[in-house]
Amino acid sequence: MAAAEPQTVSVRVRGLVNRFGTQVVHDGLDMDVRRGEVFGIVGGSGSGKSVLLRTILGLQRPKAGSVELDGRDLAGLHGAELRKVKRGYGVTFQAGALFSALTVAQNIQLPILETCTLPAEVLDGLADLKIRLVGLPPEAGAKFPAQLSGGMVKRAALARALALDPPLLFLDEPTAGLDPIAAAAFDELLLFLQRTLRLTVVMVTHDLDTIYRTCNRVGVIVDRRMVCGTLDEIERHEHPWIREYFHGARGRAGRRQ
Amino acid sequence: MLIESRLVDGVRRIAVGGDWVAAAAPDLDAAVAGCETGGERTLLDGSGLGSLDLTGAWFLRRLEGRVAAGGAACEWRGARPEALAFTATLFEASPASPSAPVPRPVADRPLDLLGRWTVRRGTQIHDALEFLGRIYYVFGGAVVRPSRLRAKSVVRHVYETGLQAVPIVALIAFLISVIVAYIGAQELRQFGGDVFVVDLVTVSVLRELGVLLTAIIVAGRSGSAFAAEIGVMRLNEEVDALRAIGMNVVEVLVLPRILGLMIALPLLTVLADAMGLAGGAVLSWLLLDIPFNQFMVRMQDAMAPTTFWAGLLKAPVFAFVIAMVGTFRGIQVRDSSRELGRLTTVAVVESIFLVLFVDAVFAVAYWEFDF
Repeated sequence: MAAAEPQTVSVRVRGLVNRFGTQVVHDGLDMDVRRGEVFGIVGGSGSGKSVLLRTILGLQRPKAGSVELDGRDLAGLHGAELRKVKRGYGVTFQAGALFSALTVAQNIQLPILETCTLPAEVLDGLADLKIRLVGLPPEAGAKFPAQLSGGMVKRAALARALALDPPLLFLDEPTAGLDPIAAAAFDELLLFLQRTLRLTVVMVTHDLDTIYRTCNRVGVIVDRRMVCGTLDEIERHEHPWIREYFHGARGRAGRRQ
Repeated sequence: MLIESRLVDGVRRIAVGGDWVAAAAPDLDAAVAGCETGGERTLLDGSGLGSLDLTGAWFLRRLEGRVAAGGAACEWRGARPEALAFTATLFEASPASPSAPVPRPVADRPLDLLGRWTVRRGTQIHDALEFLGRIYYVFGGAVVRPSRLRAKSVVRHVYETGLQAVPIVALIAFLISVIVAYIGAQELRQFGGDVFVVDLVTVSVLRELGVLLTAIIVAGRSGSAFAAEIGVMRLNEEVDALRAIGMNVVEVLVLPRILGLMIALPLLTVLADAMGLAGGAVLSWLLLDIPFNQFMVRMQDAMAPTTFWAGLLKAPVFAFVIAMVGTFRGIQVRDSSRELGRLTTVAVVESIFLVLFVDAVFAVAYWEFDF
């Protein structure tokens, strides 16, 4: 794969090594996400997709290798600089990770309040905007996470990730656990937001339908490294796991659409 | 300059410029709020805009709203910014943003509050009694079929609530009895009754302090742990999983903790008694020159046959109260992390209160029966 031009690369991972005890998760993993694309991270269970995401987010220090967000190496950043970089991306976690003691609106307002003080009326308005943006009914803002359905939790998590209008979005299994209709609606929402807000989206997912619908390029984690490419390139790849994944019964079903 | 507003020949010209992005939200808010409006018609000009994100678009929409509120028609010179048009469509479907119902002030509705409080208390007492009943029921079943007692689990709780609490209980019992002996010696010395320090320490430690302090320490240590552990299991739906598998929650989670603590607390009390007497003996020796063997003799004289048992008898009752309150509050946790913290606090406060209350009942009962 030819290395992309630096100014168009949003996330660049080079030579990443992650180890837990004797278990090697990543061994020299490279990854490039170009600005403005939807990039899907695919891999078998336990192949280290979530670990990779956590490493990119700076929640976990790699044993070796570098992670650059917009050309800035995370390892060299501290304090205010690091906070600034972290404000440049939004994240949703697998189970939503909404703060259970806060309402949906307060969850969305929390990142905003961390950066500045605004009158309550403005904060309510901005939360209302983000709630509408992700397709939740306006009255959802006053609800607590425990009162939401699974699909609403995913949307509320997305609304919180978009609170500061970040140009870069990380999603961990955004459609897992949703029914096919809700998952399809989430795909459309994501595409719509990505087009309208010109977001760069990095998404860990198992959902082949979502991959075929939304992703410009995918990176498959096999043998502790990553194979990147467009869907066409990846489909032609001869690695047995990739063949099984994209040409198995489920892969064919996803491609037909 | 984010906004420039000028009035030219009755036409209000508002030029917006710069970056209208989330990072500049406070400035945007101030600029929009401070923007002068008025005039027959208003021309908005967005040609100077740099970046515009959705937060910025929301503030532009607010600016439009202010202009419209002034009664003037609002026109854009050139195209209306795309993000603004998009934001506006979001609000078209259901334009009215729902405002939270404003609660009436507390003073307005004392009866309402009293009623709610009474119902809540009543429900809680009902729930607690039901919980107590289920404990007895399950315990009765377990006595008939001892395999349901879950010995492994009981042993684990004896270890965690008992053995691991040994250092802190020993230390506190020792120090408290040193303090009692020290203050007692100061007072009694005035009457030349130094030697009664031994009586004071013996009776107070064996009858009250040993068991009471141990119970309070254990309530703080283990009562909170019970509530938090079961509470997190509730939040993770582990309790529901147990129920779905067909296991009895009281049998699996509650009874082993109660039995474990009812074994551990009396043992800790014996330890606290011993450490308390040791503390008294050490202080008597250092401060009052009473040698150990004389302390022992005097101690034997001060003790009635029931003194030691009067204290120890209370330990299992305290243990039952602490474990029951802790597990009961843990099972009540629902929905949020804040609830977990609140109920853990409630568990500790209530179990300490109930321990003292039961202690008072014991004191009266002992007095009546001359125990």
